[in-house]
Amino acid sequence: MSKLKYERPLIKKMHAGMMNKFGSQDENTPVTHIDGVSVKSLIDTYGSPVFVLSEQKIRQNYKSAVRAFTTRYPKVQFAWSYKTHYNNAVCNIFHQEGSWAEVVSGFEYKKALGNGVPGSNIIFNGPDKHIDEMQLAIENDSLLHIDHFEELYLLIDLCARLDKKARVAIRVNMDTGVYPMWDRFGFNYENGQAWQALTKIIESGKLHLVGLHAHIGTYMLSTAAYGVAATKLCDLATKCKAELHTAVKYIDLGGGFPSANTLKGAIGQVPTPSVDEFAEVITSTILNYGFNTEELPLLILESGRVMIDDAGYLLGTVLANKKLSDGRKATIMDFGVNIMFTSFWYDHKISPAQEVSHFNEDTVMYGPLCMNIDIVRETVNLPLLNRGDHVVVHKVGAYNMTQWMQFIAMRPNIVLIDTNNHTHIIRKAETLDYLQELELMPDHLKRKN
Amino acid sequence: MIKKNIATNEFGFVFNPATGDSYSSNPMAAEIIQLMKENLSLNEIKKMLLDKYEVDKMILEKDLDEFVGLLKENNLLSN
Ligand SMILES: Cc1ncc(COP(=O)(O)O)c(C=O)c1O
Repeated sequence: MSKLKYERPLIKKMHAGMMNKFGSQDENTPVTHIDGVSVKSLIDTYGSPVFVLSEQKIRQNYKSAVRAFTTRYPKVQFAWSYKTHYNNAVCNIFHQEGSWAEVVSGFEYKKALGNGVPGSNIIFNGPDKHIDEMQLAIENDSLLHIDHFEELYLLIDLCARLDKKARVAIRVNMDTGVYPMWDRFGFNYENGQAWQALTKIIESGKLHLVGLHAHIGTYMLSTAAYGVAATKLCDLATKCKAELHTAVKYIDLGGGFPSANTLKGAIGQVPTPSVDEFAEVITSTILNYGFNTEELPLLILESGRVMIDDAGYLLGTVLANKKLSDGRKATIMDFGVNIMFTSFWYDHKISPAQEVSHFNEDTVMYGPLCMNIDIVRETVNLPLLNRGDHVVVHKVGAYNMTQWMQFIAMRPNIVLIDTNNHTHIIRKAETLDYLQELELMPDHLKRKN
Repeated sequence: MIKKNIATNEFGFVFNPATGDSYSSNPMAAEIIQLMKENLSLNEIKKMLLDKYEVDKMILEKDLDEFVGLLKENNLLSN
């Protein structure tokens, strides 16, 4: 006779008015499959922990974001923000869908070239573009978004030496009514710096001013802020035309649309505006600004997190349960903050991956690192989990697989589930050899046998 | 052992008339409390559960110890 499924015994004091004694059940519905592939088989095949990405979801997200803008505005272009997730397979999904590349470092720039993105479709942002990288970008006719005056002067000098005109835009920072203001990147609008930079560009005669760029923040909850940003860039564009006799070809409003994650400290679920709502504000602002139809600028967007956050999952396994000195329950998982950077600002939703008891308990969820900071969730209400049980962490597709680090534990496999529900490793789990590949041993420290 | 005047029912409800506190327990906890009320020793209970459920002996021992601790904390044990 086969034995019955075991569950850890649990007893809880009831408080007056506590109707649902063990937490709400639907929150903890098990997630046993991702795109038709079972969590158990994914872990059996690719190990635990493992990151899983849904190609179908990425494509859906991209298409619906494009639809939100193209149904409202004639000329729209998305550029994939490489730093959000620069695994080449992931980038190529976006490029296949028609996305340009938006990069903020030399190696990202070279990745985009390597992925076959035409140089003219790469936007080079960021405050640290090395001279050789700028030269490469100029030679490839890429779009250089200038961040500060030093860079502007270097670029003018470089173009003079190469006898080639770089296609440039400036990054503009501004007061959009959302604080703190991201004023460390680009040139300020209100104090006249942005205008000064634009004047300098035209006066130099060495640069081809083609666009205006702003990225006003990330995980923005205010659609109105984008209306303000669009208006200020339109003001600058009009002034460029009138006073510098230069018509900019595009306005780039950056990224920043929020994904449906829960910010830490948020009381309950704060509703995040949809891409459609942002699109409505941005496009109506530009359309109503007063451009001639044929002079309407191309609208570029560099959305990152909203495109991929909910297409990424982290699957993991329970290592142990503990009781803390103050009576709280703790669960130790086999994945930690070294691969879940976003746990520092999100309360990630975590689901059990197998049939569970109907009894939930509050638990602190720790990672496996021997470090006090390794807390995945300060408190999470979950069904009773036992060693070996699996969980699914949701919405980890953005930034985690670029900001992760091998610290105590190495980085695990990344698996992509394609649109036919077939699985592919797109980045292998790290090994000790990989880890030590770049280490060098001075002779006097070599082991003597 | 468990206090004799503790009231329980088949839905896992537990009531301690001495303090007026009520508790809810999961089926495993309810079963263990029932066995305790029938005067089985912890060792006997452990053996029964090992026969009946798919569980590792070490895990069960750890869980039982912790559970007894929980009962004690809540003044549900008589000694
Ligand atoms: C210049 C630029 N563009 C785009 C993005 C993507 O932002 P998000 O992921 O918030 O959409 C960033 C990220 O901070 C950025 O710095």
